[in-house]
Amino acid sequence: MNLDFDLQVAWDSLPLLWKGLQVTLRATFMGIALAAVLGLGLAILRRSESRFISWPTAWFVEFVRSTPLLVQLYVLYFTLPGFGIRLDAFTTGFIGLGVHYAAYMSEVYRAGIESVPRGQWEASTALNLSPVSTWGRVVLPQAVPVVIPALGNYLISMFKDAPLLTAITVVELLGEARAIGSRTFNYTEPITMVGLIFLAISIPASIFVRQLEVRLARRF
Amino acid sequence: MLNWTIWSALLDGTWITVQITVLAALLGTSLSIVSGLAGLSPVPPVRWVNRIYVDFFRGTSALVQLYWMFFVLPLLGVTISAFMSAVIVLGLNMGSYGSEVVRGAVKAVPRGQTEASIALNLTALDRMRYVIFPQAVVAMLPPYGNLLIELLKGTALVSLITLSDITFEAQKLRVNGSASTLELLGLALVIYFVLAQAIAAAIRVSEGALSRDLDVGRGGARRST
Repeated sequence: MNLDFDLQVAWDSLPLLWKGLQVTLRATFMGIALAAVLGLGLAILRRSESRFISWPTAWFVEFVRSTPLLVQLYVLYFTLPGFGIRLDAFTTGFIGLGVHYAAYMSEVYRAGIESVPRGQWEASTALNLSPVSTWGRVVLPQAVPVVIPALGNYLISMFKDAPLLTAITVVELLGEARAIGSRTFNYTEPITMVGLIFLAISIPASIFVRQLEVRLARRF
Repeated sequence: MLNWTIWSALLDGTWITVQITVLAALLGTSLSIVSGLAGLSPVPPVRWVNRIYVDFFRGTSALVQLYWMFFVLPLLGVTISAFMSAVIVLGLNMGSYGSEVVRGAVKAVPRGQTEASIALNLTALDRMRYVIFPQAVVAMLPPYGNLLIELLKGTALVSLITLSDITFEAQKLRVNGSASTLELLGLALVIYFVLAQAIAAAIRVSEGALSRDLDVGRGGARRST
């Protein structure tokens, strides 16, 4: 029985884990970029005056938010090829992360947009600004800064959700650890190291986000 | 085609999902309360230990925790069923998030309530039990509801440690080719969605019921200013 933690094995697993971590981080950053853009789109669509746009958007957001990311990843991975869309596992993975978190982000943007005083909208109408200028030059510049700390928090959550991509065959951090485990029968060290790597990244990151929040609160 | 075999398999999966959700929620809720109050303890070491628990579970991926329980503990000589690992990991995970909810809500109860309880000579326990906590619960409910839905969604991970929940059954049927992939996974999503809506509705009802006699929260008497 392997009762002890072999430091040598842990050390030897680091190069492969580093490779996996890079995949995880890439998926996370690409995912959050997609979520930031798509979330804003959803938030704007949801405010549409036409019910045929705002209701389906609201339903989509609610549906995505209340169903598991894992199943959503399976849907993308296994059904898109049936529609003739062939994407590699990594692309499918970051799109899945991005869409899932876009639903959460859209709610944050919505709160940001609603925090813009009504007078700003009325003033834009009075000045005869087009919808594009109203959104682009008046509303969003005031709404988006409020969103930044939330974006940071979702970035950290997404980082922690990225190991799910292992289920659709992306070899990221956890996938590498499993691969090491099945090759050497040492699961203890690689999986423990993965846990430590997560802690080493997400704890400083959340402290950073908290400070950012304090800073921004002071400025706006 | 969706026939009875498929429905019965998915319903079996749903039962497993519900069981894990309920048991993990019981563990998670108890831990939230204990840990949330420990976070407010006047004794520094209690707060430190609590901080380690909370940061550890909030800082790592739930799937990694699950794998650690499933792959590593047996190697360390601890045998525990996959079902128990799932309940324990998801419960500990929910507790770490719930801890912050409880702590925040208890801290948000106006100081005057504490001062009044001290003036009335209530013991620390009675103060928490009869005055502070009942008021804090109302503020906890909405984020607590979100945590329950997150927990429900998190249970899908257990399919990766061989437990036959909704996700596992849908995947199995998909591999067998029993029905079209989109139908099966779509149906699985709809089941999760319905369960999540049921949780949300239950939270809304309890929110109304709990705030009725208090002057805070939804449905409460208006506070005079």
